[in-house]
Order: sequence, then structure tokens, then C-alpha cells
Amino acid sequence: MLILLLGYVYFRLAGEAYALVSIGLISFAAVAQFAPAMLGGIFWKSGSRRGALAGLAAGFGVWIYTLLLPALARSDWLPRSFLEDGPFGIELLRPLALFGLAGLDQITHAMIWSMMANAGAYVAVSLFDTQSADEHRQASLFVDVFRRDGGGARLWRGTASVPDLHAVLARFLGAEAADALFARYARARGRTWPDRALEADADLVHAVEMQLASAIGASSARIMVAAVAKEEALTIDEVRELLDEASQVVAYSHQLEQKSRELEQATRELQAANERLTELDRMKDDFISTVTHELRTPLTSIRAFAEILLDRPDLDVGERQRFLGIITRETERLTRMINQVLDLAKLESGKAEWTLSEVDVRALIDDAVASTSQLFKEKGIALEARIAPDLPPVAADRDRIMQVLLNLLSNAAKFCDRPDARVRIAARIADGHLRIDVADNGPGISARDRETIFEKFRQVGDTLTAKPQGTGLGLPISRQIIEHFGGHIWVESAPGRGSTFSFTLPLQPPRAGQDQPALAAA
Amino acid sequence: MPHKILIADDEPNIVVSLEFLMKQEGFDVRVAPDGDEALAQMADFAPDLVLLDVMLPRRNGFEVCQEIRAHPEWREAKIVMLTAKGRDIEMQKGLALGADAYITKPFSTKELTARVRKLLGERA
Repeated sequence: MLILLLGYVYFRLAGEAYALVSIGLISFAAVAQFAPAMLGGIFWKSGSRRGALAGLAAGFGVWIYTLLLPALARSDWLPRSFLEDGPFGIELLRPLALFGLAGLDQITHAMIWSMMANAGAYVAVSLFDTQSADEHRQASLFVDVFRRDGGGARLWRGTASVPDLHAVLARFLGAEAADALFARYARARGRTWPDRALEADADLVHAVEMQLASAIGASSARIMVAAVAKEEALTIDEVRELLDEASQVVAYSHQLEQKSRELEQATRELQAANERLTELDRMKDDFISTVTHELRTPLTSIRAFAEILLDRPDLDVGERQRFLGIITRETERLTRMINQVLDLAKLESGKAEWTLSEVDVRALIDDAVASTSQLFKEKGIALEARIAPDLPPVAADRDRIMQVLLNLLSNAAKFCDRPDARVRIAARIADGHLRIDVADNGPGISARDRETIFEKFRQVGDTLTAKPQGTGLGLPISRQIIEHFGGHIWVESAPGRGSTFSFTLPLQPPRAGQDQPALAAA
Repeated sequence: MPHKILIADDEPNIVVSLEFLMKQEGFDVRVAPDGDEALAQMADFAPDLVLLDVMLPRRNGFEVCQEIRAHPEWREAKIVMLTAKGRDIEMQKGLALGADAYITKPFSTKELTARVRKLLGERA
């Protein structure tokens, strides 16, 4: 531009005398036709290719008409009347005074008209024409070069639509975070969000990219922004960086998934543990409630009769003896109950003391039968023992196994009340275990009761029939003892067909004396 | 004519003591060892007062209490619930079901007889 202007100044100073100068100026006017399209391209985003071509065509047309044709006419290549009267005698179209614009020198006149035609055609065609995507991108790249307004904003060579940027940010950070950022941006520009007319500049794009980078990494953020913004293609280094970052993100995501699975697993385990604890707590509550009931019952009789005896010193001797007898029996019952509850608590908590010895099974069963013979005789029940010959001794706590045998035998005696009642105790070796059966021909046990009979305070027929005697703790204690020695206790029965309680004990107790401190101490 | 007392309890020794105490007070006493029998005696014996254990076989004390209160002819009968379960919730349940008194085991014999007398005496 400067050079062109200097050329023109030089022409004004040097005068019209020089034909060479004249030719130069005509050329200058021709070259000047490129100016509108170039300047438009730099400053005006909406200029289109067709607009620029139209402007150039119009400018050159006027240039030819006002400068080239008059020169040809002066050289007699065209009729002179073309200059003086205009083409076809139309005065308005005289090449040297177009539309009556006279009094200027030829070059100035030509420049005015050609520029007007050029710029007019460029603007008009660009405005009525729609840009292609390519042109829009190009226009953006050029025009926004001058939008860098201080504040340390990063140079950004593209442009993007605000909704697109908002959408991409919302996808990664959530709509709330995206709205917050855009509201801040809008406020800084004196607008309110959401605002359709808001324009995205480098600041906003930069801010969006920074936000994204904090979530998905810098390279990924850049490619996400580039996807919605029109920017120059990524370089191969950028692509490599992006791939590195992406693979890191994938690895990180795998770790997160792994952690998440672990957490889910932990949560499930905690829930299960919590349920177990709640169940245990409920069972403990039930247990305490039942124990309370079972302890209060004999206590009620004891207190009632003690008060009766205290208040009535003149009670006759027979009655007095009878009541004292009840008090004594209820006291025994209370003692038994307390002992069994404590015994079971010790067994369950693993605090029971065990005395390990070689137990002669035959002698043990003989003792048990002798201890209960009086009970069976009183009730008229036949008791038979069938002990296999040559039973090897088992390593166990003699008193504890005796406790189990007495419990099973007294249970059989207690529940077996028919005229031809029979109880048989048998001992043999089966599958490498000592097996002892206590069979009766009593009423039998229903399937429902068989499931719960080894639980605390669950006696057969509880709540449906008359209350059986006993504490309801004998079988749970027996089970604790047998399982402590690695054995198994169970019942086979059917209503009306008798019951057989069986237990097994391993002939070689597992890990005896090694990692069972109680046994080792014995 | 003496008041009629029904003792509904399944603990033999407690029944013996209650029977003795009530007879000493001069009441006409009958015993029911379970819930079904207790309801049968309600129809049969028409007691003025029932000493009703909560943990009864077949039909527990709460159910029996409910049945008695639902029956128009037995509305006048007093109900004294006895339980070895000392929880407040049990007591509230018993009273909500229409029991006139709720006594926990072990009980004071004097208190029990005073309570029974009061319930019957006030009405008489």
C-alpha cells in the first residue's frame, strides 16, 4: 500500500509528461483492484470467494472501461466520439466523466469508480452468498488473528460456537459445572447466561480447555475443543502425546474399575457382616429373654412357697413338708439351669477347659448306664447296651463325653412314656469313627422339630403341648462338646416311630495336642 | 357365695402355690394347664377373675386375653396377667389387650392377694 501510494505521489510530482509514468499508474490502478478482497479477507469474516471474484471482475471491468478503453480511443483504435459523447451517444457513460463525475484527472476518476464497483460487488455478493464450511473456517482463522486482546490470553487460531463448547464441557464435567463457567464468562462480558448471541473468543475456549484438561488431561482436552472449534490440524507430536495420555487414562480407568469392584465387594461383605451381627444380636436378645424367663420360673415357686411358710407358721406338717420339698427341687432346678447356661456360654466362647485322656468307651458306657439305671427302673423302661468288642480308646474329655451320654439317655427316659418303652445304646466303629447310638421307641420327632432341636431352649413340642421338663440346653451343650472333638451329632426320627440320637468321634482326634491349646495344656 | 378364680398356668409348682393362696383367701378355684383349657373353663366355670400366665401352651395368654375380651358374656371377668418375661413391652401389650393388672414373676404373695382382692372387692 505504502509503495503504491509513494508511486502515486511520485506521479503527481513528476507530472503527466511521462508516458511511462502514465502506464505505471494505470497498472497501479489495476493492482489496486486486489485491495478490497484482501482487506476484506483480513478484517471481514463474512466475505466469500464468489464475492471477492465478483469484486475483482467489477473493478477490472470499470478499470478497462475508464482507463484502457480511453487510451485505445486516443490511439484511434476506437472512434473518438466514444470519449466525447459516450458509447452510443449516452453522455452519462462517458469513460472520462462517468455518471457526470467530471473535473478529476483520469486516474483518480478511474480509481474512484473502479473501487466503488469493486468494493460494492464484493460486499453485495458476499452478503447474499452463503459461505462454504471451508471458507468459514478460513475466514475465522484469518479474522480472529486480531482478536487477541491482552490479559495473557493464549493465542488460539480458531473459533467455536458457544453452545458447542458448552455441550462438550457439560458432557465431561456435568451441566452444572458447565453452566457455572459460562455464567462467569458471560458476566465478565456484561451479559447473562444463557445467551444465544454470546460469542466464543480465545478466553472462553481457553477456559473451557483448562477445565476439560483437569478432568481428561491436556491433550484430550485439546482434541475435544478442536472437535467443536475450527482449528488447524493436530501435528503428529500432538497425536502421539494424545495417545500417551489416552492410554494413561485407560489404565487409570481400569484401576478405578478395579477399585470400584473392590469397594462393591467390601460393601457387600460389610452388609452381610452387619446382617450377621444383627441376627446374632437378635439371638442374644432372645437368649437373654428366654434365660430370664427360665430363671424366673423356679424363682417364682421358691419365693411363693417361702412367703407362704413364713406367713403361716401354723401350717400342718404334711403341707409344710410338701412345700419345702418343692422349694428344694426348684432350687436344684435353678442351680442346674444356671450351671448349664454358664457351661454353654463357656463352650460357645471357647473358654471351656478340657481334660484330654484316653477314654475306654466300654467302661464309659457302663458307667453311664449305671448312673441312669435308677431313672429307667422308676419309669419302667428297658435299657439295653450293645457294645462292639475290642473298641479302641478315643482321645477325649471323659467327663464331657459322659455329660453327652447322660443327656441323651435321660432325654430318652424323659420322652419315652409308653408301656413297652425300650431304649438301646450301641457303640461301634464306622468309617474310622467311633459311633454311638441312643435309640428309643418313643413318640418320635417331627421334621420341623428335628431342625431346631439342637438349638438353645428349643424343646420338642414347645408351646404346642404341655411343657417338657428340662432346661432346653442339654442338646446344644452336647453338640458343642461333640463338635469340639471333631465329631458330629444328629438325630434320625419320624413321628410314632421312635428316635435315634447318634454321634461320632474320630479315633485319631485331628491336630490333637498341636494347635489346640486347651488340649495341649491337658 | 365365694368369688370364682381361674388359674391358667402350665408350671405345676406355681399352680400349687397360686391354688393354695387363692383357697386361703376363700375363693372357689379351678386350674387350666393351657390356653385352650382356659377358654373352655371360661364357658364352663364362668370365673370372676383369671390369673393368666402369658407363656401358655397351645394358645398363649395374650390370645386368651383377647378372646375373653371379645366375648360379650365374659366382659365382666377380671384378668390378671402373670409373666416371667419382665419387659415393659409385654406389660403394655397385656394392658392394651384389656388385662386389668399385670404382675411379673416372681411375685410377692401379699401383693398378689391384695391385688386380686381389690379387683374383686371394688366390684362387689
